[in-house]
Amino acid sequence: MKLNYNYDGNIACRRILEDHLEKLNIEYQILDLGQIEILEDVPIPVFEELQTALNRYSIHIINNPKGQLIQQIKDAIVEIIYQKDKFPSTTISQYLSEKLNFRYGYLTNIFSEHTYTSIENFIIIQKIERAKKLILDEELSLTDISYELNYSSVAYLSTQFKKVTGLTPSMFKRIVDKRRKLSDKIA
Amino acid sequence: MISTLDKIHILIADDDDDDVVLFNEALAELKMDNKLTSFKDGNDLMDYLKNPEIKLPHILFLDLNMPCKTGHECLKEIRANPRFNDVSIAIYSTSSSEKDIENTFVEGANIYIKKPNDFSKVKKIIKDVVNMNWQYQSSGLNKETFFYSL
Repeated sequence: MKLNYNYDGNIACRRILEDHLEKLNIEYQILDLGQIEILEDVPIPVFEELQTALNRYSIHIINNPKGQLIQQIKDAIVEIIYQKDKFPSTTISQYLSEKLNFRYGYLTNIFSEHTYTSIENFIIIQKIERAKKLILDEELSLTDISYELNYSSVAYLSTQFKKVTGLTPSMFKRIVDKRRKLSDKIA
Repeated sequence: MISTLDKIHILIADDDDDDVVLFNEALAELKMDNKLTSFKDGNDLMDYLKNPEIKLPHILFLDLNMPCKTGHECLKEIRANPRFNDVSIAIYSTSSSEKDIENTFVEGANIYIKKPNDFSKVKKIIKDVVNMNWQYQSSGLNKETFFYSL
């Protein structure tokens, strides 16, 4: 039997955190942007148990402030790309700067120094990542997808898609379909 | 499991020594910490990968035209083994036909590089590929739909 599924990474992550924090009887509050507030002192062995449990899901506790800030930038970007109503009416640079309380120049420097790409490029990669999912879902046309992702035109989406993947959206779809057929044959 | 440490581990299988030298030069210019291990043909590479003790690489560069075992054969063998699911595979070839590119991706490659004639372009391509691959391994992007052709 073969099942198809879709998922929301944010919700999945939240449930995993809730389950494990509750299992270890830790009092907590889940905040915005990849942060949890721990409301009591947690003994070191319990904390380590939590870390080990979360690492299985590739969830890592970030111990240094720069790493935390970079993760907050990434999360803020992913949030506006996946939730159209949160897309800022101002520029993204102004939005990030106000949301995280740092000058944009500082954010871009720290971001490119540690991720080896620029914030602008990261935004493009994330938008194309979502476009890929939407193309494979087959529910929206490419024009609808360009609207959903706040592109000014479908031509502009296609150009960026080609820049990030080297492929046209239709070639991308064909490759994934053929791959799936191939793995069906083997299975 | 692939290590999440900031050091990127790269393998290359290529019978042409000049290509490997070029790779070394390009990687030395990268800002990120990296380690390159090279193999002179496909058999050599597959023998190494069969060892269960090794730390898996983040990315593997495969020349299509190698003696003993071709890049295509290596690609098929590697993709038939789920142990290597997280390893990105970059194929480089002299062909730029759309059909060849499409087939290579269908067979499980993530990156397709058309070998340029100009050496200075090779370095830029290697850097672009390693950088893009880094984004896929550090930002929770879906590796199953990771394709990059250049």
